[in-house]
Amino acid sequence: MNAVNSIPISYYLMFCSMLFSIGVIGVLIKRNALMILMSIELMINSINLLLAAFSAYSNDPAGQIFVFFIMVVAAAEVAIGLAIIVLIYKTTHSIDIDVLNKLKW
Amino acid sequence: MTILISLIPFLPLFGFIILGLGCRSIPKRVASFLGPGTIISSFILSIIALSDYLASGIPHPTSFHLAPWLSFGGFSAGFDFLIDPLSILMMLIITGVGFIIHVYSIGYMSHDEGFNRFFAYMNLFIFFMLILVMGANYVVMFIGWEGVGLCSYLLIGFWFKNQQFNNAAKKAFIMNRIGDLGFLLGIFLIFTNFKSFNYVNVFDLAKTMAPGSGTMIAITLLLFIGAVGKSAQIPLYTWLPDAMAGPTPVSALIHAATMVTAGVYMVARSSVLYVLAPATMEVIGLASLATMFLAAAIAIFQNDIKKVLAYSTISQLGYMFLALSVGAFTGAMFHLMTHAFFKALLFLGAGSVIHAMEGEQDIRKMGGLKNALPKTYWTFLVGTLAIAGLPPLSGFFSKDEILAHVFSAGQSMWIITVAVTMMTAFYMFRLLFLTFYGNYRGNNHPQSRLHESPSVMTVPLMVLAFLAAICGFLNIPELMGGKGILKEFLAPVFADAVKLSQVQHLLVPERREWFNIVLVIFLVLLMAFRAYRRFGLRDAGHEMRDAGSKSVFIRLAEKKFYVDEMYDTVFVKPVLKLSEGLHRFVEIKFIDRIVDGTGNTIIKFSNIIRYIQAGNVGVYLFFMIIGIILILFFNIIL
Repeated sequence: MNAVNSIPISYYLMFCSMLFSIGVIGVLIKRNALMILMSIELMINSINLLLAAFSAYSNDPAGQIFVFFIMVVAAAEVAIGLAIIVLIYKTTHSIDIDVLNKLKW
Repeated sequence: MTILISLIPFLPLFGFIILGLGCRSIPKRVASFLGPGTIISSFILSIIALSDYLASGIPHPTSFHLAPWLSFGGFSAGFDFLIDPLSILMMLIITGVGFIIHVYSIGYMSHDEGFNRFFAYMNLFIFFMLILVMGANYVVMFIGWEGVGLCSYLLIGFWFKNQQFNNAAKKAFIMNRIGDLGFLLGIFLIFTNFKSFNYVNVFDLAKTMAPGSGTMIAITLLLFIGAVGKSAQIPLYTWLPDAMAGPTPVSALIHAATMVTAGVYMVARSSVLYVLAPATMEVIGLASLATMFLAAAIAIFQNDIKKVLAYSTISQLGYMFLALSVGAFTGAMFHLMTHAFFKALLFLGAGSVIHAMEGEQDIRKMGGLKNALPKTYWTFLVGTLAIAGLPPLSGFFSKDEILAHVFSAGQSMWIITVAVTMMTAFYMFRLLFLTFYGNYRGNNHPQSRLHESPSVMTVPLMVLAFLAAICGFLNIPELMGGKGILKEFLAPVFADAVKLSQVQHLLVPERREWFNIVLVIFLVLLMAFRAYRRFGLRDAGHEMRDAGSKSVFIRLAEKKFYVDEMYDTVFVKPVLKLSEGLHRFVEIKFIDRIVDGTGNTIIKFSNIIRYIQAGNVGVYLFFMIIGIILILFFNIIL
């Protein structure tokens, strides 16, 4: 029985749900594009943690390998997201998403 | 051998493809070589097929499988050709007459801007016609059947800038559709009953069936409807006179010599089925008698040189069907052949006259053309004598054979047929005399400008005149000590039909037969003389003046018995009215409203909900999350 297994799985579940919910609420209430991006990262990380936890409990390394892939993808996504935000800032001098309302109807 | 025979139809197709693709770029000189060239090649190959057939010891039909074609479930029809005496005869007629008419067209169409297109269509027509007669099953025949209809449409409307010509083309096409539907249904019925399309299989099975069964009558009647449409019999004949809108070589090739005889060929080919359905034979007999009489009566009063010949064609086709209905299949094919020669000759002669008159077709404005057009006159005379049935020209022998058979099958039919023969002689001599005798009556066109056609047109006329004169000797009746070469040649095709035939033939004493022949010749000569007295003299054309004493029959015949008007009132106008009503009430008030309403509703609804797309990213994110939650919710709950 290792250290991870000494904590019950339900704790992980609750923690990850909370982390995910914080991410969702962050996306919903923040107007700052940077903050929204960070909230999305939070959601991704909560899922990564859950995957790692399940992987450890079921003695299956596949889950943890999968986490690495998600991290790579998340890194790429952040790179692109940040680049977009930089460009938005250059054109509008703001990173408030409410300014980005030209594409409509 | 197989390759050579399969080349027969595909050479004209090749010509069509080359001429059709190079319609604008191929010089006329090349087209006038290529167009007739493919046909003469097919003709030579047909002769090879004939000699091969005759040389094969005991002549027997050869059927060969060209390619698998349709095959699914219990259904299969190969692209097969059948080479037997009947198809060889038809192939020779089609390619032979076709070649002569192609050569003639070089001269006739020389000033036309659609020269290449014309030859392309003509080659395509020959291709389909050959497919029609060479097919070894009903499906291949049907392909040819539809194809010749298409070419007929294209060539009637060849001068498509004239709306009237277009209407004539459409009329021909639509009236043929009615017949084709019957033909198609007949083919379906054949398949459901015999489980095959192949002539050989169908006829072998049919032979074992009892004569006069309902299915057999239904099949033969439906096939006959197809023949009625294609061969312009009552009630579907009105398209043929209108089809004269096409160039004259077209009228000669398609609407006299070949396509319109497809119905006769089809009935002769299905002779086994027809002899097993005596009721159908009676229907054919009645229809053909009515057609030949009516058409001949109309022909007497027509003033358009081509219309006279058109009605004459309808009447002569009636002869062929009458022959079929009394079981004289050889007689029908014989008349088909002689008719192909003399009617093509007459049409081409009429074309030469029209060419000389620069487009004038009204015989009331002709007259006295004998001196200006000597070659045309002499060949036309041969054609007239042949169609009138004077010995020793071909029409005499073929008509005599039909008349003899009709006489032994029923005397009342014979009397009508003889009456029609007299009318034929009268209208043909009327045409001849009004055109070539008497004084010149043209007003718009000075007599000095009349000119004989170039030799590229007169040589085909002479060849056809020669054929029309001598081809009767192919089938001299036994009565006159002949052997009946054609009869022997075609005997294997009709052997089964003759054996199964239900028609009661009386034995006619030889003396009576001779009497009949002499009587008919005498009556024909009498008619020719009457026509001469009335139309051939110097001051001819006085028939236009005597408007006073006309019987009801003559007045009806002058107006073509109001058949066109009747069809117009009974079928065309109600359909037009119905369509107009449907357009006004169903189309505009109902269908249009549904279609427009759908669009308008969507636009209105969209106008309301498009404000959701406010451009606010936060709102989009909110909706996205709501959406995800809803999806999860429904996944778990449902």
